[in-house]
Amino acid sequence: MIELLSQAAFWLFIIVTVGSAVVVVFHKRVIYSAFALLFTFFGVAGLYVFLAADFLAASQVLIYVGGILTLIIFGVFVTAKIYTMTIPQQTHQRFLALIPVLVIAGVLMYVLFTADWKVIDHPNQPTTARLGKLLLTTYLVPFEVASVLLLAALIGAMRLARPREEDHEQ
Amino acid sequence: MFPSLNHYLILSAALFCIGAAGVLTRKNAIIIFASIELMLNAVNLAFAAFARHWGDVSGQIFVIFSLAVAAAEVAVGLAIIVALFRHKESVNIDDVNLMKW
Repeated sequence: MIELLSQAAFWLFIIVTVGSAVVVVFHKRVIYSAFALLFTFFGVAGLYVFLAADFLAASQVLIYVGGILTLIIFGVFVTAKIYTMTIPQQTHQRFLALIPVLVIAGVLMYVLFTADWKVIDHPNQPTTARLGKLLLTTYLVPFEVASVLLLAALIGAMRLARPREEDHEQ
Repeated sequence: MFPSLNHYLILSAALFCIGAAGVLTRKNAIIIFASIELMLNAVNLAFAAFARHWGDVSGQIFVIFSLAVAAAEVAVGLAIIVALFRHKESVNIDDVNLMKW
């Protein structure tokens, strides 16, 4: 029974994720796309739970839903006459764009089904403590570099988005 | 074991292709951003799946770094879009050809 429920939940998460991703990409109205992205992020967070990645699921909700999605929706509100902006959303190159997408899909599927993945079956364990240890020992330098990157991005974003000095004076 | 590695990898490939289609076909810069986020999410999912099935949490560390880079990318990207909108009153990428030629 539990097994069946967990399978049902797994497929539900997959359907939510893929379905809302399709809405994000193909819906004509920007605001619908932005809100569909919310469901994609939640779907991926749910799949992280299935992968025994508890910390990642939490940070997915915090960073993607709480941070990135808020920024994107904010961007939509700032930049558009959102409810009327249905034109011109698609390029005329839909079928041309299909070619590289199909090539990527083909290569990915080829690798996926021909590679000999080594899979080790082992029980689910909480990962947060192990992640913390790894981040402060093996991956300490990348961790610090990431924090410098975030600081640089913060300063750069503020500098870019700020109005120019002469705009203020007028 | 039911959700096998292949389930996650196929899902990840599908998400990545949907995102790539969005980047290639949409003209609104914000939707292109959303599509890039979809592709990043697909790659993160693959990392987490490999971490789970190989029994090594290093894969999850990569997801954390990728999250940090995604956050930085969105902050800078949206700042560019806001600056662009202030200049051109548009987020249509066809209007942005300043650095094209």
